[in-house]
Amino acid sequence: MSARDRILAKLRAAQPAQPNALPDPAEHYATRARNESKADRLARFRTGIEGFHAEVHVSTAADWPDLLASLCAQKQIGTLMYGADTPAGARLHATGFGATALRPWQGEFEQLKADLFHTVDAGFTQTRGAIAETGSLIVWASAAAPRTLSLVPPIHFALLDANHIHPTFFDALRAENWAAGLPTNALLISGPSKTADIQQTLAYGAHGPKELVVIVINAEGDAQ
Amino acid sequence: MNGQTHTTAGQPIAIVSAQALRERMHAAVNDPHLRQSFRGAMDFLMAKRLAQFPDESELVSLRSLSEAIRQYSLSKLPDLLEQLEANLTRNGVKVHWAETPEEANAIMLGIAQAHRARLIVKGKSMVSEEIEFNHAMEAAGVGALESDMGEYIVQLAGEKPSHIIMPAIHQTKQQIAKLFAEKIPGVDYTDNVDALIQIGRRVLREKFEVADIGLSGVNFAVAETGTLCLVENEGNGRMCTTVPKVHIAITGIEKVVEKLEHVAPLYSILTRSATGQAVSTYFNLISGPRRSDDRDGPEEVHLVLLDNGRSQAYADEQLRKTLQCIRCGACMNHCPVYTRIGGHAYGTTYPGPIGKIVSPHMMGLEQTHLLPTASSLCGACGEVCPVKIPIPELLIRLRGEANSAPHAHPAMVGQGAAYDPKISLLWRIWARVYGHPAAYRAFSWLATRFRALTPRKQGGWTVARTPLQPAPRRLRDMLKERP
Ligand code: SF4
Repeated sequence: MSARDRILAKLRAAQPAQPNALPDPAEHYATRARNESKADRLARFRTGIEGFHAEVHVSTAADWPDLLASLCAQKQIGTLMYGADTPAGARLHATGFGATALRPWQGEFEQLKADLFHTVDAGFTQTRGAIAETGSLIVWASAAAPRTLSLVPPIHFALLDANHIHPTFFDALRAENWAAGLPTNALLISGPSKTADIQQTLAYGAHGPKELVVIVINAEGDAQ
Repeated sequence: MNGQTHTTAGQPIAIVSAQALRERMHAAVNDPHLRQSFRGAMDFLMAKRLAQFPDESELVSLRSLSEAIRQYSLSKLPDLLEQLEANLTRNGVKVHWAETPEEANAIMLGIAQAHRARLIVKGKSMVSEEIEFNHAMEAAGVGALESDMGEYIVQLAGEKPSHIIMPAIHQTKQQIAKLFAEKIPGVDYTDNVDALIQIGRRVLREKFEVADIGLSGVNFAVAETGTLCLVENEGNGRMCTTVPKVHIAITGIEKVVEKLEHVAPLYSILTRSATGQAVSTYFNLISGPRRSDDRDGPEEVHLVLLDNGRSQAYADEQLRKTLQCIRCGACMNHCPVYTRIGGHAYGTTYPGPIGKIVSPHMMGLEQTHLLPTASSLCGACGEVCPVKIPIPELLIRLRGEANSAPHAHPAMVGQGAAYDPKISLLWRIWARVYGHPAAYRAFSWLATRFRALTPRKQGGWTVARTPLQPAPRRLRDMLKERP
């Protein structure tokens, strides 16, 4: 018998004849649901993620590329890498970016690894949505959003559409039926990387980005 | 102490004889610095946890839900493990099973050798501590480097973690500053925490870039989707599971849940109970190696499912509750014993209340029978446990298992390890006397008459207290005289 069969046999011998009733988390969340406007949800998301040391800027569908360019200038980003072939990526034009070199992700990770670790100053990804309750971004790995872009460069710029902010994590995975098809890597990000491992003192930029900058696309006119 | 030098540091596991444990606890209690740093840290963590639950009714509801999910998952454990295996395999993950630490290490060494790996970078994983993974790899010439800051510090110092969430909590920043200056080439002494973290970051980034394999633990494994969830703040967990070509995850067999949506409440109560954070910086859901439409991520993902005593706990309905644990560490943060002696004194991988109930399953009661006695049974651990494990009840059960006469079908390895026929006889006499009024009357009559004969030295009791002596007159006699 293999280890697998032995372990399963031991468990089976002791397994209750009837499993417990299937718990339904929906009840817990339903009683705590808020009747929130989009603006309230955005505000709650913002308070949450800013509490985790992220920077949030609200823009519009038309203006965000300019905002990104000016933030890059402000932060003196030498090279910005982004997922190629994405609608957001297609909106970025080198002309607007001045001193910042734009580099679309081309090819496989292995060819880019050294650059990602040593020369790219910032990564830009498009998020799938966010969670208001905890101030978390939802990022799904794809050709358009390689996972290392939000991890290896010292600064991570994330683009978020305010229409895709869910009240809670539970709401997000139910509403979008995540269980029906997850990517190889789904990720929640709440702030830049941090640690409190030395004498409970909080320090940012432990291994991942030292800065997380969120650009929120809100409906035209809602910019603040 | 079995040839091991006694410091509060560097404790190999599996050496905790009863005598050794007593000595370690004694030493820890008499170390004022250690007590001070644990007191401070635990007060801080308790306050932070409390602040995360301003709404009592939410906590009550979330705790019941989390308990129900864990119990539901355990009630279907063998089925869920098979479902998990099937779905992970479909997703392209290779699943391995190990009954013992040796088997687990052999599996992972096999993977390392197949890839001619020289360096493995590790995210935080208590299960890898449990099986002494680093030693097993180093013995075979493969480097295993801890990359969680706390774990890195502890490894650099040649120690073991003293807390399951904050491994280096026993060290002050000055100690860490000295350690870095001594052990990392070209580093000068600085006790600026930001600077220290940046030094760690620089050293570890070089390793992430060149490592052949990344190793991680698993917080929840989701059966219906074949997904491994990882909770972390630093990003080292993401580095280990993204950058190297091979990712190996290792977990105890109890960590599986059925539905993806079951993860949401568990994750929420985990981070809040552990460090008082609303969420961790990263929550990573890994469902397979790089696919053709991915640009990065590991080319191979393995999962090792470890038993190591868990199926023994599973076999007994009461002890099975031990497996509900989600490793948040709240029980140790609230334990008056842990706060006074720190994590190293226990000498086991898992310290504190949770350690006292899981270690006996992993190592047998022979070695660990004293652990369940290192508790005041104040109940704080059970009260804060997010999945409502009745820890005090389990401690009493384990004490009973250790102290009752050995019998043919014990629920645990090492049952009866602390059994002493003389003490057992004494208790039986005591029970008879107290259970029979005539005997009790005669005994109390004699006790009051001959009270002068009570010994002055009464074992451990008189070390710090005045001797016990029967009263000159019995209550019943005094009552009789009342008008
Ligand atoms: S026993 Fe409960 S409180 Fe202790 S680590 Fe496990 S889940 Fe947390």
